Amino acid sequence: MTPSKKIAFSRRSFLKTSALAGGGILIGFNVLNACNPKAEMPIDISKLNFNDFNAFIKISDEGKITIFSPNPEIGQGVKTSMPMIIAEELDVAWKDVYVVQAPLDTKNYTRQVAGGSQSIRKGWEALRQTGATAKQLLVNAAAAKWGVDASECNVKEGIITNAKGDKLGYGDVVKEAALLEIPENVSLKDTKDFTIIGEQIGNVDIDKIITGKPLFGLDYKEEGMLYASVLRPPAFGQVLESFDDSGAKSVSGVSQVLKFGNKIAVLANSTWAAMKGKKALKANWKQESQAESTAFHDTKLLEILNGKTFDTRRKDGDVKEAFAKADKVLERIYESPFLPHNCMEPMNFFANVKDEKIHLVGPIQTPAGTAKRVARHLKREENEVFLEMTRMGGGFGRRLYGDFVLEAAEISSLSKKPVKVVFSREDDMTAGTYRPAIKYKIAASIKDGKLTGYHLKEAAVNNNMYGLIPNFFPAGAVENYQVDTTNYKSNITTGAWRAPYTNFLASAEQSFFDELAELMGVDRIKLHMDLLEQVKTNPNPKVEYSPDRLQNVIKLAVEKSNWGKSEKGVYQGFSVYYCHNTHVAEVADITMENGIPSVKKVTCIVDCGIVVNPLGATNQVKGGVIDGIGHTMYSDFSFNNGVPESNNFNSYQLIRMGQTPKVDVHFVESDIDPTGLGEPTLPPIGAAVANAIYKATGKRLTKQPYMSNLNVDKKVMG
Amino acid sequence: MPTFNLKINNETHTVEADMDTPLLWVLRDQLNFVGTKFGCGIGQCGACTIHIDGNAMRSCLLQVSQAEGMNITTIEGLSKDGDHPVQQAWKEVDVPQCGYCQAGQIMTASAFLKNNPNPNETEIRNAMHGNICRCAAYNSIEEAVKVAAKKIS
Ligand code: FES
Ligand code: FES
Repeated sequence: MTPSKKIAFSRRSFLKTSALAGGGILIGFNVLNACNPKAEMPIDISKLNFNDFNAFIKISDEGKITIFSPNPEIGQGVKTSMPMIIAEELDVAWKDVYVVQAPLDTKNYTRQVAGGSQSIRKGWEALRQTGATAKQLLVNAAAAKWGVDASECNVKEGIITNAKGDKLGYGDVVKEAALLEIPENVSLKDTKDFTIIGEQIGNVDIDKIITGKPLFGLDYKEEGMLYASVLRPPAFGQVLESFDDSGAKSVSGVSQVLKFGNKIAVLANSTWAAMKGKKALKANWKQESQAESTAFHDTKLLEILNGKTFDTRRKDGDVKEAFAKADKVLERIYESPFLPHNCMEPMNFFANVKDEKIHLVGPIQTPAGTAKRVARHLKREENEVFLEMTRMGGGFGRRLYGDFVLEAAEISSLSKKPVKVVFSREDDMTAGTYRPAIKYKIAASIKDGKLTGYHLKEAAVNNNMYGLIPNFFPAGAVENYQVDTTNYKSNITTGAWRAPYTNFLASAEQSFFDELAELMGVDRIKLHMDLLEQVKTNPNPKVEYSPDRLQNVIKLAVEKSNWGKSEKGVYQGFSVYYCHNTHVAEVADITMENGIPSVKKVTCIVDCGIVVNPLGATNQVKGGVIDGIGHTMYSDFSFNNGVPESNNFNSYQLIRMGQTPKVDVHFVESDIDPTGLGEPTLPPIGAAVANAIYKATGKRLTKQPYMSNLNVDKKVMG
Repeated sequence: MPTFNLKINNETHTVEADMDTPLLWVLRDQLNFVGTKFGCGIGQCGACTIHIDGNAMRSCLLQVSQAEGMNITTIEGLSKDGDHPVQQAWKEVDVPQCGYCQAGQIMTASAFLKNNPNPNETEIRNAMHGNICRCAAYNSIEEAVKVAAKKIS
């Protein structure tokens, strides 16, 4: 168990208090950066200032706790788990805690959000400190009232007691607490004393979601707002030459058509009229840069993968020599397509650009950076931009990019109207920032029955793997190890997609290890356990993962999945991976139905440190696994002369309920600080499925999506 | 522009709209029933599911002119305080992730369970097949339908 920690943390720099005019104490805090020393704490709850603070805690005279946070939910449950951590250290009952998303403020523009929703991993320590500091402040106030030493006081669920048995509720001391100095060096709870963290706590927005309350960007409205539908170049590499808007203008409800850059916006009094107007536009496009097709990308990536120009990202020992001396060599190429994000809520954003202020509202994962880009784009001052976030109907990386915010701002600026840009599904799928197509070549050398060399090469569209990835497994486990990357710059826009790079890399490597074990004639599980054992005996400072934690999840996966003991007709595939600071092992159970593989069950073992909210965490783990199965098995995306060949769910397969397995989730019990959960269960699943399909069919799948490469009917299931 | 009288959640609303306007956009843009979501506009995702005379329908495919005279129910009118057994089951199981698809899922499930209060697993999977959840909360949706069925039957 981790002992209570005292961390040198200057609380003055990140926490401030004020006595509220209507009674109670208000605590403002800033978890990642120090507060602006000049930041003023409001004394009126309607004037919460989210420029200087991430969130506020209000403790009323009755001892009720309200947490005001401007950060809405993206689907990762942070809006629930963040207040859980604060409440834990504050030592209050969860039922007395209310979480309020500070309402959109369209009059005072006090909300100039400085940062997006921060992950639990980054916020963990600071959130605990915030709760613990607030608690100490209240205890100090009670102690002063009683004339006793604060160390003689105890707290349980918001009630402070002293040695004599006197009792004071938090609400009884808020007035005094607001006047006290903020305490330094407070103690955090021992993890074994947690009463809220680790409990199954439901989504704080649940009532609004199940009754259809306006929460999302698409639901946001303002008086006089127009809807904008934007016509963008139909193919990558094209520019607008000329257009005829007479048809669009005759659609009833359409008020204006305007050109900006290479795009044309149709403004109307309803979404439908704007969309109809857009369809009635006639535009001529000119191909300015290369019109690329999927066949071209395939050839190009293979060419550079087999070429000689690479950046070496990590080099241990001498792979060349290992391969020269090898008894056996295994070399495979793995291929993945581009993928759109397809957030369920299509991209949209509201903008009202006025001379005094720029007001932006909608779903975005990068509010601060986007606000800056808008200011730069419109040649305005940053402090004139006020951006408010709504709940997001999915992110998956797409909402890191503010392209649609810039569009809304530019259209509002040109039309001088409040405008909401709404993407149709077709717009959303064809104007993406796609996961880039990537090909890996992996080679391994075997000498005297031992793995002696491992050489990974990456050929990607536009950008390569980020810096830490070369230090993931099997780095440190193989003496001669090298990672090389190369890329092809395309005019197709690409970007981060849930678990960037590892979402396919894990599939490739964990499929490769399955085949490698077979070639070496060793058990698949044993090969991994032995390699990890070597990392433990020869520790390498440059590895990101923990060999112990990986071995542990492997052991648990074997046990919980009944590995090797499945019934007849059920084929199992194994995969293990570390990314986003989390260790995961997975076993997929599949059956074959009329020659088509069907994933029946997935056993998923996750070591993400302390599980803050098991209910939300389980949801995310299951979502990651099923999302991963969908995209590795079914989703295909191609280009023909720069034009995306799918644009809606009738031509693009997203996984549906009938295709989903039951996911059996087990968390490793741990008292280590929590790590990421939104992403790490997705990468390993592709290989678990491919390895199971190999057992069932004898076919090694190296190209995704698997269903397109299994000679089965490729029809999109609607 | 023609006018239409729509009976939504037991109240009559009069709207002006082009004949071919999908009911979805009339509900969302004109009448502020934004609980009904837009996901694809072509009947493939189920985010826009509403009840027409008690049956689940895709409001993106239904033109406003066809909806006159019918009993339209949206998620806002499914129950008074969110206490429909399906809504309660969704809460108990804590189904939503991003939550965007869930109104459509709930509308599909509630219409289905009304006709088949005791479904088996295959029937549930078939009934829910038309509703995409991009967050892939499928295990929880399936479980919540079962929980709701228990509450109903
Ligand atoms: S929006 Fe109607 S089915 Fe997708
Ligand atoms: S909960 Fe996000 S799409 Fe279903």
